[in-house]
Amino acid sequence: MSDPMRIRAKAGADFVEVKVLMSHPMETGQRKDTDGKLVPALFITKVVASCNGKEILNADWGPSVSKNPYIAFRFRGAAAGDKVSVTWTDSAGSTRTDEAAIG
Amino acid sequence: MNMNSRRSFLQVLGTGAGWLAVASTGLWSRIAHGVERAAFDVDTLDEVVAKMGGKSYSESTEIDFSAPEIADNGATVPVEVMSRLPGTKTIAIVVEKNPHPLSCAFNYSADAVPFVNTRIKIGETSNVTALVQTDQGFFVARRTVKVTLGGCGG
Repeated sequence: MSDPMRIRAKAGADFVEVKVLMSHPMETGQRKDTDGKLVPALFITKVVASCNGKEILNADWGPSVSKNPYIAFRFRGAAAGDKVSVTWTDSAGSTRTDEAAIG
Repeated sequence: MNMNSRRSFLQVLGTGAGWLAVASTGLWSRIAHGVERAAFDVDTLDEVVAKMGGKSYSESTEIDFSAPEIADNGATVPVEVMSRLPGTKTIAIVVEKNPHPLSCAFNYSADAVPFVNTRIKIGETSNVTALVQTDQGFFVARRTVKVTLGGCGG
């Protein structure tokens, strides 16, 4: 089971800004471990962010997004108290969803 | 329900897949566009654009793209893109010298601001392209990022 995402969502004058820090090794499949063996590829391939049942943005990723991915995005049409939900799915089919209220 | 969300809701429900999408994800409004996985396996910017359905692209001053001139650690290079192009659907980051240049692509709903800030791996000094897909076509802004410690391998 992966560690929870840290999500901070803040309503500004013009838009809500959301910052997400995910916990994931984002292995490219090209790194060697201490025994010199290649660590298999394992990386997030899809991210979906939604609010009030509407998909705000989604992302398609390859292995060259950094380990423990960070993303910041902005959207309109929501207010303090609404919940932002973020889901990631990785190349092994694991998935994780976390949510946070807009402050 | 405002007109835009009602229209996108009805468009989704108009296909039988709309109801399936609601059932499987609990979302009643979904983004229709995305980037196919094959785009992550090609070797050049031109091929990435082709996999995204484009035939050509042009430089645009309406894309604000910031990336460091020199990245101390290629494993985590911050990049930020804001597109002021109308009808922006997707913002993708393409690193020319990486084993597979397409790093990530962000697909926007009508409510999302076409902006992203994220961190990527850059294996060696490389041109990095912010590739923006809009209703009108494909547009780019480029930077060169020098890397002192490469970020893709061990």
